[in-house]
Amino acid sequence: MATATASSRGTRGAHPLLRTPSYVLTGGLALLFLAPLVWAAVASVSPQGGTAQTQGWGFGNYVTLANYQAGVWRYVLNSTIVSGLTVLFTLGVSLFGGYAFARFRFPGRNLLFMLTLAILMVPYATLLIPLYVLLNAIGLQNSLVGLALVLTLFQLPFATFMMRISFESVPAELEEAALVDGCGTFGALVRVLMPAVKPGLITVALFAFLAAWNDFIAPLILISSSDKVPLPLAIANMRQQVMGIVDYGATQAGVVVLAVPCVLLFLILQRHYVRGFMSGALKG
Amino acid sequence: MSDVSTSTPAAARSSRPTHAREHPRRRRRSRSLQGWLYATPTAVLVGVFFVLPVLLVLRMSVSDWGLFAGNRGLNAPENFTRVLDDRLLWPAVVFTVKYTVITTVILLAVALGLALIVQESSRWKNLLRTAILVPSALGLASASLLFYALYSQQSGPLNPMLLALGVITESVSFLGTPTSALWSTVFLIVWRFAGFYMLLLMVGLQGISHDVYEAARIDGANRRQIFARITLPLLRPSLALCTILCVTGSLLAFDQFFILTKGGPDNSTLTIVQLIYNMAFAGANDLGRAAALSVFVLIGLVALNAVQFRVLRGRED
Repeated sequence: MATATASSRGTRGAHPLLRTPSYVLTGGLALLFLAPLVWAAVASVSPQGGTAQTQGWGFGNYVTLANYQAGVWRYVLNSTIVSGLTVLFTLGVSLFGGYAFARFRFPGRNLLFMLTLAILMVPYATLLIPLYVLLNAIGLQNSLVGLALVLTLFQLPFATFMMRISFESVPAELEEAALVDGCGTFGALVRVLMPAVKPGLITVALFAFLAAWNDFIAPLILISSSDKVPLPLAIANMRQQVMGIVDYGATQAGVVVLAVPCVLLFLILQRHYVRGFMSGALKG
Repeated sequence: MSDVSTSTPAAARSSRPTHAREHPRRRRRSRSLQGWLYATPTAVLVGVFFVLPVLLVLRMSVSDWGLFAGNRGLNAPENFTRVLDDRLLWPAVVFTVKYTVITTVILLAVALGLALIVQESSRWKNLLRTAILVPSALGLASASLLFYALYSQQSGPLNPMLLALGVITESVSFLGTPTSALWSTVFLIVWRFAGFYMLLLMVGLQGISHDVYEAARIDGANRRQIFARITLPLLRPSLALCTILCVTGSLLAFDQFFILTKGGPDNSTLTIVQLIYNMAFAGANDLGRAAALSVFVLIGLVALNAVQFRVLRGRED
């Protein structure tokens, strides 16, 4: 088993073509994946015909974006509210739900868990038609709260699963000690278990934020007034404003504004991001 | 990652004798009540926003249900027959399936190649892995908007680049013809999702024991043989999971086509979900008919998932 030399071919069965010229290959590939984003960022501040920035470098496209209809801050605010609420709802529901599924036995437990996972089986888009009618009936159509609740629902299969396995990996003795010390189950949850499942909570929050911040079709169907739409929809609408002439500069600026929080969060929380995917894969 | 494998089944919990000495039965009932209490938010959300809508879509599919008019009573088979008679339905089905097959094959091949490249940890490989994953942090809508500008003849860099390289002699429209629009979208999707599937396949690769490779090497197998006879077969469960996710996701494609092509040119890139959207909100304003098509899609996907799950299970045995 002595394959420890630095130039070793590795222990895994990789194809020779994929292994050898590491610098060229890795560098080129990395560039290929980063290039579109870098291009958008550079192009958004560089001079282009048909945009607000025709001469010299500068932030003309961002000014156009800032002044679009209700102002870009309005849409950033909408997106922030929806994402914040979705993260909050998802964390709350999956924290309690995961605790219940992992630590308690109650009638209907398996049915409810299967139903929650079954959300994955039902296509998102086909649920949005009845949800449109339903939200209308309970006064939550065209409401950011209603939108956040719908987005929370679609986070539930992953979030509940994630929190359940997080709770299950905490030793039962930890909770029992707290119960013996006179904590109720709620006290044990808040004081002892929550710190222990924190990595799971961070992963759940990260995925909920990314999904809510980026969602497109749910607000497209559920939000009808133009000053309530979240950012992706606002930028998509902005494209085809004046007689079908597209302002590509402002579109690039919009993409940058959309992408920056996601890329930053990803880079900061990469470990949790990868962990989330891994647990999804192990489930299969 | 490792905490996943240490899960203790809840069954071990019920037989736990600790501090249940005084009133075992009352204690158990109280725990079961508390369990329900903690599960209530989940139950309410799933009940109101999932179970109810599924029932409602069934009801709507057999009703004359206008976008603004609301429910105007039963019209049982008409919604379904009108969906089947829609002249856009079969082209949309054919296009969606074609797009799904192309995307799945290319995406999984690319993802597998990338997973093989980056599976070993080194500083460069870790950087490359991060670079490949960055697009997957972006929303599909954001990525589509980005590529919409990238593909444009007016501001995109692709035409000048290809012209300079001499690949093309006059600028081409990446979204202008049915074929180019399809391939341009596939390219966007591969860029956006390669990292995601790469990660899933890396989990599978890590699950293959070193000993198997060692044994094969001792037996004199070359790399191609090792890849074809060991890596691929042992990676089947992971590949099957990726296939299920990719097929399901592609069959439900909406954002990318809505933003890049709006289904054009000439409805050539209209997907099934876009057709549902158009029936309900753009033009026809007929929620009943959209619900009927939704029910078809729902049944189709549940059946497809069941078949795929069975295949996956079978392979694991």
